[in-house]
Amino acid sequence: MTVSIVRFGGSNCDRDALRALHHLDVDAEIVWHEDGLPADTSGIVLPGGFSYGDYLRAGAMAAHSPVMADVRDLAADGVPVLGVCNGAQVGSESGLTPGAFTTNASARFQCEHVHLRVENADTPWTRAYDEGDVLSIPIAHGEGRFEISDDRLDTLEDENRVLFRYCDASGEVSPESNPNGSKHSIAGVLGERETVAVMMPHPERATLPDVGGTDGQGVLEGFA
Amino acid sequence: MAAYTATVTVRLKRGVLDPEAETTKKALERLGFELDDLRSADRFELDLDAESADDAADRAEEMAERLLANPTIHDYTVEVDARE
Repeated sequence: MTVSIVRFGGSNCDRDALRALHHLDVDAEIVWHEDGLPADTSGIVLPGGFSYGDYLRAGAMAAHSPVMADVRDLAADGVPVLGVCNGAQVGSESGLTPGAFTTNASARFQCEHVHLRVENADTPWTRAYDEGDVLSIPIAHGEGRFEISDDRLDTLEDENRVLFRYCDASGEVSPESNPNGSKHSIAGVLGERETVAVMMPHPERATLPDVGGTDGQGVLEGFA
Repeated sequence: MAAYTATVTVRLKRGVLDPEAETTKKALERLGFELDDLRSADRFELDLDAESADDAADRAEEMAERLLANPTIHDYTVEVDARE
């Protein structure tokens, strides 16, 4: 039983995810995407990075790697899947989760700490938190603006599938606390099952006490 | 079989913010040009052999649906021309 961290050409947060999961005593290993998923895969991380150099659109190429068919099959069986940053872009491009992550409203790459408000604490990724909790977690992306059609956005909200929203330190959601222009300040969403989630901020970079805050630990504990 | 070039143009749906186009527009205005709006698009030229122009268009459309465009944010058009 091990969490498979899928490494694509250009992934660069795979080792961060590995160290963060090991810190939480979660068995995990890095898997090269062309090798397929090990038979004992009990969870899947689609890590951050710049798979395929972000050619065409961030995540578009990796989303069509053959391994993603296996990821979709396991996700449908209830195996937990978490996509972070580029992994979130791969997840949405592959249809695991709704919407799309596209160019920041600033048209710039943004690397900064942001605050997230927990919108749904009744998922494996957020059960360590309470609804309304405010987390400090870094972002590092140029294409993180969440876009979705208005009717699908309504459905997403009605079905309580928004996991996190960007907010300020007090938990208030406003245009000023929205770093990239995401619709409804959405930073992370659930797939059709609550065991599948994608998010642009990096919980694996907010897990090891030696490198700063640890607010992201609760997200990765979804694999515990 | 005949030779065709299918041109797929992928653009953001109207109403979807295009920060790069906005930045480009501002850069043109800084150069002294006047314009009301600017829209950008990606254009892919696909050389392929097909039974007919319709067949070539069908295949290009499938490529757009599967990879070249993201239907969540993009519209696309396909035009087919005979290739010498």
